[in-house]
Amino acid sequence: MSTIDSKIPEGPVAEKWTNYKAHQRLVNPANKRKLDIIVVGTGLAGASAASTLAEMGFNVYNFCIQDSPRRAHSIAAQGGINAAKNYQNDGDSVYRLFYDTVKGGDYRAREANVHRLAEVSNNIIDQCVAQGVPFAREYGGLLANRSFGGAQVSRTFYAKGQTGQQLLLGAYSSLNRQINAGKVKSFNRYEMHDVVIVDGRARGIIAKNLVTGKFERFSANAVVIATGGYGNTYFLSTNAMGCNCSAAIAAYRKGAYFANPSYVQIHPTCIPVHGDKQSKLTLMSESLRNDGRIWVPKNIEDAKKLQKGEIKGSDIPEENRDYYLERRYPAFGNLVPRDVASRAAKERCDKGFGVNNTGLAVFLDFSDAIKRLGIDVVRQRYGNLFDMYEEITDVNPGQLAREINGEKYYNPMMIFPAVHYTMGGIWVDYELQTSIPGLFAIGECNFSDHGANRLGASALMQGLADGYFVLPYTIQNYLADQAIWPKIPTDNEEFAKVEKHCVEEQTRLMNIKGKRSVDSIHKELGHIMWEYVGMGRTAEGLKTALEKLKELRKEFETNLFIPGSQEGLNIELDKAIHLRDFIIMGELIATDALHRNESCGGHFRVEYQTEEGEAKRDDENFFYVGCWKYEGDDNTAPSLIKEPLEYEAIKVQTRNYKN
Amino acid sequence: MKVTLKVWRQANAKAKGEFVTYKDVETTPDTSFLETLDILNESLVERGEEPITFDHDCREGICGMCSLYINGHPHGPATKATTCQLYMRRFKDGETITVEPWRSAGFPVIKDLMVDRSAYDKIQQAGGYVSFNCGGAPDANALPISKEKADLAMDAATCIGCGACAAACKNGSAMLFVSAKISQFALLPQGRPEAARRARAMVAKMDELGFGNCTNTRACEAECPKGISITNIARMNREFLKAKFKD
Repeated sequence: MSTIDSKIPEGPVAEKWTNYKAHQRLVNPANKRKLDIIVVGTGLAGASAASTLAEMGFNVYNFCIQDSPRRAHSIAAQGGINAAKNYQNDGDSVYRLFYDTVKGGDYRAREANVHRLAEVSNNIIDQCVAQGVPFAREYGGLLANRSFGGAQVSRTFYAKGQTGQQLLLGAYSSLNRQINAGKVKSFNRYEMHDVVIVDGRARGIIAKNLVTGKFERFSANAVVIATGGYGNTYFLSTNAMGCNCSAAIAAYRKGAYFANPSYVQIHPTCIPVHGDKQSKLTLMSESLRNDGRIWVPKNIEDAKKLQKGEIKGSDIPEENRDYYLERRYPAFGNLVPRDVASRAAKERCDKGFGVNNTGLAVFLDFSDAIKRLGIDVVRQRYGNLFDMYEEITDVNPGQLAREINGEKYYNPMMIFPAVHYTMGGIWVDYELQTSIPGLFAIGECNFSDHGANRLGASALMQGLADGYFVLPYTIQNYLADQAIWPKIPTDNEEFAKVEKHCVEEQTRLMNIKGKRSVDSIHKELGHIMWEYVGMGRTAEGLKTALEKLKELRKEFETNLFIPGSQEGLNIELDKAIHLRDFIIMGELIATDALHRNESCGGHFRVEYQTEEGEAKRDDENFFYVGCWKYEGDDNTAPSLIKEPLEYEAIKVQTRNYKN
Repeated sequence: MKVTLKVWRQANAKAKGEFVTYKDVETTPDTSFLETLDILNESLVERGEEPITFDHDCREGICGMCSLYINGHPHGPATKATTCQLYMRRFKDGETITVEPWRSAGFPVIKDLMVDRSAYDKIQQAGGYVSFNCGGAPDANALPISKEKADLAMDAATCIGCGACAAACKNGSAMLFVSAKISQFALLPQGRPEAARRARAMVAKMDELGFGNCTNTRACEAECPKGISITNIARMNREFLKAKFKD
């Protein structure tokens, strides 16, 4: 069995990062000018890494599949970004953010990485403010904060419901400055198809110019992938339509380990599915849980009437409402972590208390907040989300619906959990380097910081931490001796071989000439994943999923139809490449979920729960990172390598959000 | 419900395009406009034809990737919403809907409804940033900024760079887009030190790329999916004039 070295530095957890920086190897300014770095992706992690590496003096080649770096899906993050500033004087600290994140992740994250994340969180806020990011402020001119799930302090910084947009545009502005300075070369509408390995090290990529349809070769001293998560494996998710896992799977096929794929975050507050023509799901920010209360009817008769459309939520008086999160988790109430809130919604709906025609929805109600704060304040906080909700559903949650005995009831929102984020990803060591030397993975693309469940407002924090403050240091430790190695020309035989393979793959898919469209097969994949590898997994169901996925892969390989040609722009061909990799990803998720005989965070196995229905971990047998190694072809099952977790600062215990 | 879609088809940048009419596309009022295009595309693929190429990504109205002139309006008939946030309940059963790409000299067609908006990136690269390197920032609360100023800067920063403003303008002016970024930084103390240089550089790049002038028709403001105000253009002009006086 292969061994795994996470390269965690020596010393107490609070001193590891400081010690690392003090002793790591650096690259001198003259050598930085000689070194080229490829950064694939322009989201928070990719854009911040590309700009910072260029500021330091490296030559950066930056790629994105959209028409502009500004459109990466980080832009859609709504709620906020965490930092341990303690500006609210409510007892926050680096340790507390570290602790909350490890606990929120159900004790499956790497302690040393999480502590580093908490340490640099404060630098991120400073950096973004200096860039001109217009965070929300108080009348006194200082920064405002709000609360997010899994925390008892207010440490979330925000810019209306568009925090991701503002942070990404900040990183994009820094990137633009470097493009203007000639230090970053930006390739838009380009997609990485494969990574080129020479003498065991990542030395370049093959990317497709999506407009011309031609493959191009790029050589560098290191390759960084920052291409996001794999949520779209489920077809319906809150991810953008273009989000895909093909770069990550390309790395996996080349030997990079894939860690904890079963840790998929299902976000509790999304707009419910309405029909089979739906293309994606829309998130309603977690910030709504600051003031919104989640409920279903107490009486099953009321639920049945709601499902038949005979009554509305606002017809049900206060005493007949079950605020089930407040009931089950008094200490955290509506602000329990996402995995807990999602499962609780599923539990109520499974018991028949769902509130819409499909029985798969719960209410999120603002009546109390409007009574307490007035409609103006509530609209100021959430107006754009209310409008977005109204545009999609034709119902405005801020509108007075009726009065019962002098009590005012407003239209509640209907929400249901949906796939949102993936904690698993390419395995990286403490330096964010994958198991392939010279290949790094940052942001959602890697697995490192969130364990089995990510807390709200921590994705933006991790993406920017990796890009601004971690990778620019750790990559130097790798690059320190690279300046003396000759550059690898792109007419090298390895580049030629990999490019040929990329072309052949496309030809193979074009020549299937079957009967089914990419989307029809992708929808089927989504159904299998949601049904058997969703919120409640069983060994039996996962085995069924693996069988069905095998059949689906056969269907894809033999019955796919792609119109048009390989020349020029062909959107169906590009989607087919993504689907090829989503199917492999689906198999990875199911394989990992089947092997992990415990429930933790986003991975819930029905067989492993407490009497109260809470996740039951098995620390004796599963206190490790599950890393999957590709065994040469898609038909051979991957092999498992374990990275044991070692906790020294935090006592591993059962997660408790009740008291 | 059924609608007829009259869609601009163009094989590539150099090809001559034409409208193609697709009759009786089945959809529902709860389906989004782009999902209706998905439905049409799925039926095209089933018939062995190439689907309609259009830009789209987040489908939440924030990435700025979707575009489209729908019945003569950028982003269609809804106000303050992008094409991806447009739902079919805005249209009548049996209606014929005309769908075109952005029509602006600054945004050449790549294929069908997809256009090249790289000019907008180039304008940002000319000066849409605060010049400092990562790592040297002071504590975030060391610089108090009044809530009014911060909110105004946020309103300007809300721009999603979709291109509707230039596409809506009879002069093909990109001033709303450019002024939004210049305003955001001009309003904030972080942006003041290079305000003059930024205004000069971004306006010069906009002119160089062939975008037209502003004649105050306010079409950009009316069609902007994010409600960016033309007061930003006035602020940009002030910044530009101040920069000129300094010359």
